[in-house]
Amino acid sequence: MLRTRLIQAASSAQRAFSTSQKALAAKQMTVRDALNSALDDELARDDRVFILGEEVAQYDGAYKVSRGLWKKYGDKRVIDTPITEMGFAGIAVGAAMAGLRPVCEFMTWNFSMQAIDHIINSAAKTFYMSAGAVNVPIVFRGPNGAASGVAAQHSQCFAAWYAHCPGLKVLSPYDAEDARGLLKSAIRDPDPVVFLENELVYGTAFPVADNVADKDFLVPIGKAKIMRPGKDITLVAHSKAVETSLLAAAELAKKGIEAEVINLRSIRPLDTATIFASVRKTHHLVTVENGWPQHGVGAEICARIMEDQTFFELDAPVWRCAGVDVPMPYAKTLEAHALPRVQDLVEATLKVLGGKVGKAAAANK
Amino acid sequence: MSFLRKSVNLMGSVARRQQHLKVIGGATAARDFSSKPSDDYANFPGAKAPFVSKLNLIQPEDYAPIPIYRVMDQDGYIADESQDPQLGREVVEKMFRDMVLLNTMDKILYESQRQGRISFYMTNFGEEASHIGSAAALEMRDLIYGQYREAGVLVWRGFRIDQFIDQCYGNTDDLGRGKQMPVHYGSRELNFVTISSPLSTQMPQAVGAAYAMKLRPDNDACVVCYFGEGAASEGDAHAAFNFAATLGCPTILFCRNNGFAISTPSHEQYKGDGIAGRGPMGYGITTIRVDGTDVFAVYNAMKAAREYVLKENKPVVFEALAYRVGHHSTSDDSTAYRPAEEIEIWNSVEHPISKLKRYMVHKGWFDETVENEYVKDIRKKVLKQIAVSEKKLKPNWREMFEGVYAEMPDHLIEQRSELEKHIEAHKEHYPLKNFEK
Repeated sequence: MLRTRLIQAASSAQRAFSTSQKALAAKQMTVRDALNSALDDELARDDRVFILGEEVAQYDGAYKVSRGLWKKYGDKRVIDTPITEMGFAGIAVGAAMAGLRPVCEFMTWNFSMQAIDHIINSAAKTFYMSAGAVNVPIVFRGPNGAASGVAAQHSQCFAAWYAHCPGLKVLSPYDAEDARGLLKSAIRDPDPVVFLENELVYGTAFPVADNVADKDFLVPIGKAKIMRPGKDITLVAHSKAVETSLLAAAELAKKGIEAEVINLRSIRPLDTATIFASVRKTHHLVTVENGWPQHGVGAEICARIMEDQTFFELDAPVWRCAGVDVPMPYAKTLEAHALPRVQDLVEATLKVLGGKVGKAAAANK
Repeated sequence: MSFLRKSVNLMGSVARRQQHLKVIGGATAARDFSSKPSDDYANFPGAKAPFVSKLNLIQPEDYAPIPIYRVMDQDGYIADESQDPQLGREVVEKMFRDMVLLNTMDKILYESQRQGRISFYMTNFGEEASHIGSAAALEMRDLIYGQYREAGVLVWRGFRIDQFIDQCYGNTDDLGRGKQMPVHYGSRELNFVTISSPLSTQMPQAVGAAYAMKLRPDNDACVVCYFGEGAASEGDAHAAFNFAATLGCPTILFCRNNGFAISTPSHEQYKGDGIAGRGPMGYGITTIRVDGTDVFAVYNAMKAAREYVLKENKPVVFEALAYRVGHHSTSDDSTAYRPAEEIEIWNSVEHPISKLKRYMVHKGWFDETVENEYVKDIRKKVLKQIAVSEKKLKPNWREMFEGVYAEMPDHLIEQRSELEKHIEAHKEHYPLKNFEK
């Protein structure tokens, strides 16, 4: 596996980015620090919590998410494992069954396929199949989705894969607030949680409110967040696609279109209430994700809308912006084009709004 | 290294050096030695071993097989009196009767599957001694991860006939609430983790559970993980062995080597010296191999293994050799791949129950009439229980929505209420009387 290459890609991808006007005024926190501090808090709070994975201890984690934790908590709480995803995922599930609260790091979610039997057949189903006798409070976490220049086998989004399975909770944070609040909630949750991070934003500093640093700051599982309100169209996204959506919304604003951007945060359970309420307001919807379109998160949202009264609120068909339906190309230019770009979202929005674009613009003038 | 048949040239100096190290005392000496590499002794991080200048391909035949510990022979005589566990009559009788109970219940439940009363069953024929002998040497606080053919461990721990049969029938008294196939038993009270079908996943999980135990202050419990020699071919088995060793987990990795993985005989399953052969050299794990048809051998070895794992915080590989007398499951007919005469030998002279019976006869502890009565009584109890379990109501149908999450999410609550409304409107079409209200 291209482990070294992945790490290089991660460091080259570190760049500051913020979409908030208040960025300079507010406190800043990188996603890496958000995750690291969440782990630190929960290790300190509950001695059943421990971290295991490849290179999480002495090396501080391949992406430095567990930086300093081994020094602080020692060999028993932060464990380096041999290279076998199947093995350490199984160990983690067993430890959870016996009452510990493992945080199991996959160096990337791409490697979790080796361990998928433990995640789905064991972690997700045991509580049900033991009729409630054995629960599996565990967090599987690591970077998910396309990174940069690491080709098809290291650039997949697993949101739809895991969200397919009852018994799991699937979280996909975008910014530092999401990362910190959701990871802490995940560790405290009694059910198995799949926690999908994005390597490309690890080094990104986001503005955060003061309370985000609180020891008990939690983001509820199953609730989406409206990142930017708007009345003309809804853009619903998760993970790094939230960034693309915010940038597209800024572009659209120049054309007089007010897009509402929803950050899903949680893929399973899916906060349909927030999506439906937004659609009832805007009557137009574009879904945005970096994973593949077929059976994807956007496809699921379309289906849920059709099964609900909200369908009759739509003035135009929903448009899905997703990763191109091919294995991720390695070539840099092709890679960039295989993921939804800002201009793709702008075009999709204009098409969905159709003839009403001019009207919206005129009304805003 | 008592299992070395002969010293190959290149091993000669290792053996000598190790002998030397032992004399001057254990691990410290080894460390001192490795920090001062001499000309003929290598100090690579991956291995400390002597250099040799003679090329030699080491053959599997250069090693003698690991010997099989046995206390009692075919005729129920104890060869070495010092190895007699000196169990009292009461304990031996419980061992015998639990083995008989398991055997009798298996015969009837197997038939009940054949008659279409239950969907599936797996018998334990031929392995009764490895279940009972191992369970008897453990404490109730020791946690069990089974594969699926360990019902005897539950019998010893006190799982009742009605609990077994209610599980197979998935009725309202089934601890598993009808959510699993037959024989997927589990009991929190008896420290027995619910059986999970995918093969070998219990192995790394057991090691993980043992790791959790090790972290408890003053831990005095271990984890026993049962698995077959076929399961040991899964990648999970490798992970479990390697992690148990590297993390130092108090777990007994108990291989029931019964010669067959469904239809695959063990000689097609592996080429090495069974599963025990992988322990000491392969993974650096203390290992014991026993005659799994000899209840006393299993008992003694398990006692020693338990003591060792708790004292040392290290794992033990335990291989119990036996013969799977029954078919793999009710989905299998084993006469298609092995001769009936072979099965017959293991079902008579070599059968663990026959061996223990002969021992009891020599001791004057066996009364044919009493024991025949006991078997009859068990048969009656099992048959009666089947009639009762069959008639018991199924769990409330609303339970199908439960246990997916600790707290039921909205979409499941919604589905449940839709179903409630639907059933209310069309109740004449549903067999509601079969379900608990």
